[in-house]
Amino acid sequence: PRLARSVATACRAAEGAAEYDVVVIGGGHAGCEACAAAARAGARTVLVTQKASTIGEMSCNPSFGGIGKGVLVREVDAMDGLCGRMADLGGVQFRILNRSKGPAVHGPRAQVDRVIYKRSMLQELQAYPGLAIKEGSVADIVLERTPGVDGAQLARQESAGAQAGAAVAGIRLESGETIHARRVVITTGTFLGGEIHIGLKAFPAGRRGEAASIGLSKSLKDAGFRLGRMKTGTPPRLDGRSIDYARMPRQLGDLPPTPFSFVHDAVPHAAAQVVCHQTRTTPETHAIIRANFDKSIHIRETVRGPRYCPSLESKIKRFSERQSHLIWLEPEGLPEHTDTVYPNGISNTMPEDVQAQFLRTIPGLENVVMTQPAYGVEYDHVDPRELRRSLETKRVTGLYMAGQINGTTGYEEAAAQGILAGANAGLAAVHDRAGGAQDAAPQLILDRADGYLGVLVDDLITRGVSEPYRVFTARSEYRLSSRADNADLRLTRRAAELGLVRDSARLARLATVEADMAQAQAILEATVHSPNAWAAKLGDDVQIVRDGVRRSALEMVRRGFLREDGAWAGARDAENVEQPARQQPQRGPDIAAVVPGWADVPLGIRRRVLTEAMYDWHLRQQEADVGLFRREESMRLPADIDYARIGSLSLEEVERLSAVRPDTFGAAKRIDGITPGSIIALLKHVQRQAVR
Amino acid sequence: MVARGTPVRPRHARVGPIVHPQDAANVLDTGISLWFPAPRSYTGEDMAELHLHGGTAVVRSVLDALGSVPGLRIADPGEFSRRAFDNGKMDLTALEGVADLVNAETEAQRRLAIRQAHGELYQRYDAWRRELVAAMAKIEALIDFGEDENIEDGVYDDVCRHVAHLAADISVHLDDKRQGEIMRSGVALSIVGPPNSGKSTLLNKLAQRQVAIVSPIAGTTRDIVETTLDIGGYPVVVRDTAGLRHGSSDAIEMEGMRRAMDAARDADIRICMLDVQQALQGGAGSGFLETREWRALLDMPHTFVVLNKADTVEATAGAAAEWARAHGVGCTPVLLSCATMAGWDPLMQVVAADIQRSWDAATADQMPLTKARHRQHLRRCL
Repeated sequence: PRLARSVATACRAAEGAAEYDVVVIGGGHAGCEACAAAARAGARTVLVTQKASTIGEMSCNPSFGGIGKGVLVREVDAMDGLCGRMADLGGVQFRILNRSKGPAVHGPRAQVDRVIYKRSMLQELQAYPGLAIKEGSVADIVLERTPGVDGAQLARQESAGAQAGAAVAGIRLESGETIHARRVVITTGTFLGGEIHIGLKAFPAGRRGEAASIGLSKSLKDAGFRLGRMKTGTPPRLDGRSIDYARMPRQLGDLPPTPFSFVHDAVPHAAAQVVCHQTRTTPETHAIIRANFDKSIHIRETVRGPRYCPSLESKIKRFSERQSHLIWLEPEGLPEHTDTVYPNGISNTMPEDVQAQFLRTIPGLENVVMTQPAYGVEYDHVDPRELRRSLETKRVTGLYMAGQINGTTGYEEAAAQGILAGANAGLAAVHDRAGGAQDAAPQLILDRADGYLGVLVDDLITRGVSEPYRVFTARSEYRLSSRADNADLRLTRRAAELGLVRDSARLARLATVEADMAQAQAILEATVHSPNAWAAKLGDDVQIVRDGVRRSALEMVRRGFLREDGAWAGARDAENVEQPARQQPQRGPDIAAVVPGWADVPLGIRRRVLTEAMYDWHLRQQEADVGLFRREESMRLPADIDYARIGSLSLEEVERLSAVRPDTFGAAKRIDGITPGSIIALLKHVQRQAVR
Repeated sequence: MVARGTPVRPRHARVGPIVHPQDAANVLDTGISLWFPAPRSYTGEDMAELHLHGGTAVVRSVLDALGSVPGLRIADPGEFSRRAFDNGKMDLTALEGVADLVNAETEAQRRLAIRQAHGELYQRYDAWRRELVAAMAKIEALIDFGEDENIEDGVYDDVCRHVAHLAADISVHLDDKRQGEIMRSGVALSIVGPPNSGKSTLLNKLAQRQVAIVSPIAGTTRDIVETTLDIGGYPVVVRDTAGLRHGSSDAIEMEGMRRAMDAARDADIRICMLDVQQALQGGAGSGFLETREWRALLDMPHTFVVLNKADTVEATAGAAAEWARAHGVGCTPVLLSCATMAGWDPLMQVVAADIQRSWDAATADQMPLTKARHRQHLRRCL
């Protein structure tokens, strides 16, 4: 006991000397959100990055958001994150994707000017209270034994797969300098053991022209983390002045644009929105790629690439019957900043000369100038089943991970994990500093029903990753309630209660929105008619049930008799690439024609109230599902179960359960390959243990 | 348990001495042993079977010998099937089928249960599930990738058509007159009629034992008496009810009559029993037969009118038919004498024929659902 006390004293002394509570490694989209969130939580935070000039770099596509991803951006924004606001500042073309489908799957997306985005992000972080930025390469993570854990206990925990009794003490830079901090968030993206591939050339790098983190990768391996290898790629960049757009279909931004951020009513570049164009590969393109399959290391390897953003080679291999694949030509920013165009859909790892050759077989690119070749990146990731719901590792106390290092792909996925990991690291650090009891720090924990961020984290930690993970709507069983439009209602107060919302105007806005929605709903409820009166107002095109029950306009919207499809129409739809209409066209008059006062309700509020109303029936059904889900989530599994001792589990199930160590029965059920019978056996086992 | 040194071939029967595990010299029986290593066994676990001569002493000595092995115990009821389910060898519908098979009391129940145990319901539901998953995959692809990937037009309409078709299939499956559930739990048959028309006697004759108290005193049966029988291979739950008459003021009798009417209305089949003498002479039923309630019962499908005590009068089928016409009774009355059993076989035949026509699920082309649980889940799909 004397030894333990002296270790604890030494630790406290070191803590007093530490300049920072939280270190965030990496200035990408996860790192930016993580350091800001930790600072908002009240932790003294430092962001360590190789080059401050690359903070907020959009390394691949020049856009934010999309279907599913757009909801993530809104969720991050709802918790006072940065990326939504920065994308609004840098956005040069705004579109709501899936507008022809129901509002639950609408996906806000913006083409974003790289220069403005990066500049805005750097300015924001430099001015962020409680946050410092430090340039440097991280060589190692400094670990120490958790005080008070003896050797025998450690061995037992290790054999049970629980944390190995190690805790973070800080990081060491390549310069030799050590930064002490009890919370470290790693967000190194593709830099961890990164290797770039162009054709048969391969060289270590995290991004083109930037050094990979080799030391950090080794230090994680030494700490016992299970690492995997993944690959991704980026397309070539083109000089827009050498492209002939004349015969290409155009895609224009929405007017007026819908901002990402709940605190913005408008965006600065609404009037200067850029145009995207559509072209496609040809059989000649495919022939060239096929003839050169052997000239790419990337394609010959077994490392898993992104299924949902595949390289051109893999598309041609997998869908050999397709004669053509779509390409979107996206400007990388405003004309005064850049002429560079990002050809979305043709990332590849062909040798440079082959790339130049096949590009010219694409209509409109006959004379194209390639300013940078496409390349592939291979990098290390950590098995995310090593993580808790807070994104802290189970293995090392105080160590958090967010972004591509966890096997995900995409800026939005990275930012979302970043805000969660940063918030939890910050909350824990503040709790420690205040002398709070161990393991009692407040946490930001989101479950699958809370939103896409909850789904993302749950998928990662219970199922692991076998290929780069991205969100889309099909990942969420609760997508009717996890929508882009209501992220503020879902998350802003939750975050605020934990002290994670610094912007008081955001809370004031939320209160206004809620009041406006209630008022709009009251307007719909105030108009009540008999079926005959409704029939007279709606005309013969609307077939309503004549059951003699008087109904309010709200009820009529819920039942689908009253609609206002125009609320989601874009002003420039006619000029745009055609979007097939999937829904039945609206019949009968708009709501404003039959409900007094409705026309005066602001458009945004109208949309939100109508969305809630039209999904009303389904939302109620879903509530029952959520209730069942939460009941199962509340059934905790002890962290030290010895799965091998539960007789009726198969060896494979024992392995999977031991790798994940699910924290609840719900999570155990979601692990692939676990049978219902095994869940019952698990339940019995735990009940028996509890009795003992 | 079997003699040492002999190789055991999985899933092959082997004849030989069955010996005590602690004492090889102690031969308990000569029998057949079978060895089923996991996972190719009923439960999915290692299993052994011993086939013995069935004498009580032999079985007891082998059970005692097994009990002397540490860790062995006698299985709980249904435990083997339960383990088969736990180990994924069987789905829940097949498990229900096995339970029904064990409990089957009639031939129709047995035939239905064996189909379910063999996975007919599972295959059907699983095919639907696969169709739904495919439809969902297409719709979700359209939602998540429709704008980028140019998913062919027509995918959405195609899915809509498929799902509408599926919904129609499920509706037909649900619209089965509950035949599977009725076969499983028995056809409900209620005997109703005026006091002392012989309802309880009929029940007792059907049951071939004294289920109900029979006396010549009207109003002997005050509450519902129920028994389950096998009629023509079909399970039938027969309910004997209190006699119906007009103008009672006895609270207990009135409650009995209310229950009788409910039982009649809720039944799948009704036997309306009258005393033939009173019927033909127009005096039957103490006024009750003229009530609207009674007329409504007679008008329900699956209702049979039985004119009982046919031995007490000279009554011909012609006279009975004439009576039916005169009183607006739609079906042909059956003349019966519970005393002489005359007319018994024709009555049983018409009842069995009606059951076969309406509810015989055991031989239907499409396996019907057999439990309210199935119905409840399917309803939620629509």
